[in-house]
Amino acid sequence: MAVMKKKGDREVPAMSTTSLPDVVYIILFFFMLSTSMRDQELLVHYKVPEATEVQKLEKKSLVSYIHIGQPVLAMQEKFGTAPRIQLNDSYKTTKDILDFVAGERDQLSEVDRALMTICLKADGKTKMGIITDVKQELRRANALKISYASSKTLGY
Amino acid sequence: MSSKKSNIPQINASSQADIAFTVLIFFLVVSTMDVDTGLVRVLPPMPDPNVKQEEIKVKERNLLLVFVNSSGNIMVGNKQMDLRQLKDKAKEFILNPYDDPNLPEKEVKEIEMPDGSKWAYPISQGVISLQNTRDTDYEVYIRVQNELTRAFNEVRDEVSKMKFGKKFADLEKEQSSVITKAIPLKISEAEPRNMAKK
Repeated sequence: MAVMKKKGDREVPAMSTTSLPDVVYIILFFFMLSTSMRDQELLVHYKVPEATEVQKLEKKSLVSYIHIGQPVLAMQEKFGTAPRIQLNDSYKTTKDILDFVAGERDQLSEVDRALMTICLKADGKTKMGIITDVKQELRRANALKISYASSKTLGY
Repeated sequence: MSSKKSNIPQINASSQADIAFTVLIFFLVVSTMDVDTGLVRVLPPMPDPNVKQEEIKVKERNLLLVFVNSSGNIMVGNKQMDLRQLKDKAKEFILNPYDDPNLPEKEVKEIEMPDGSKWAYPISQGVISLQNTRDTDYEVYIRVQNELTRAFNEVRDEVSKMKFGKKFADLEKEQSSVITKAIPLKISEAEPRNMAKK
């Protein structure tokens, strides 16, 4: 027969927490290495389409983003729900793409300029009209490498 | 001088965990985890407005017209087609395995191999022309682009397995550039048609 112990007979010793900072530091370093900084605040809401044959964008420093989609809820009162183009931190029109590309190109070193990629992050429900306008402007700006951002799926 | 060493009290390290947690949470908030993926394309350069453009004539057999309309229907050649059939159609168009006179011509070109030798491969002259209307959904457009990319990738896989015994994605850089030369990604993204009816 098992002998019932009296409560408080033997106390569990306090767990040592001296290694807790080490554990947290390891998690911290993992996150520092595996993530990248969020560089801009999104003013448009988008859900990129899905595709199976996607390629990874290799060097983040060479990539400039163009976001297209509905304004976020907080902004809808002011700007409506029609799809908008976001460059850097504000709503822009297709006319501003030329300046935007020139500005982004100036930030790169001369060697990297030819490798500059424009990543088009557009909502799946956007109409192609606005996308085509953007593409035409990119051609005019001579930024020819583009990537249609899409999330990877395993087929449908 | 006292011979006795003064005892330095130990620093209390119990708050170090809190500090580390604070830094960790800061990083969690300001950083993003997502890797950017997408379909990579190279746009054609803008034609010089001062130079008059001559219409480039492409033989009918060398052109596969893929047209996507606003309701997401796909027309390939002159027939309506399901999205699922598109990949095989495109593959047939790229490869032209039986040298069908209605499918693209091939031009045998010597491609320099990484080991210095030459490899003669009949490069297809076909161009897939992808057209859409201004009110086509971007999602549908990407789906079609994806199918076409898949066709090219599968053809590249097949050729690279035949040539190097490996999948295209596993090839060395020089080898994959050989395959890319043999099967160029020829998808022309034309300006959309205006299909607005009055």
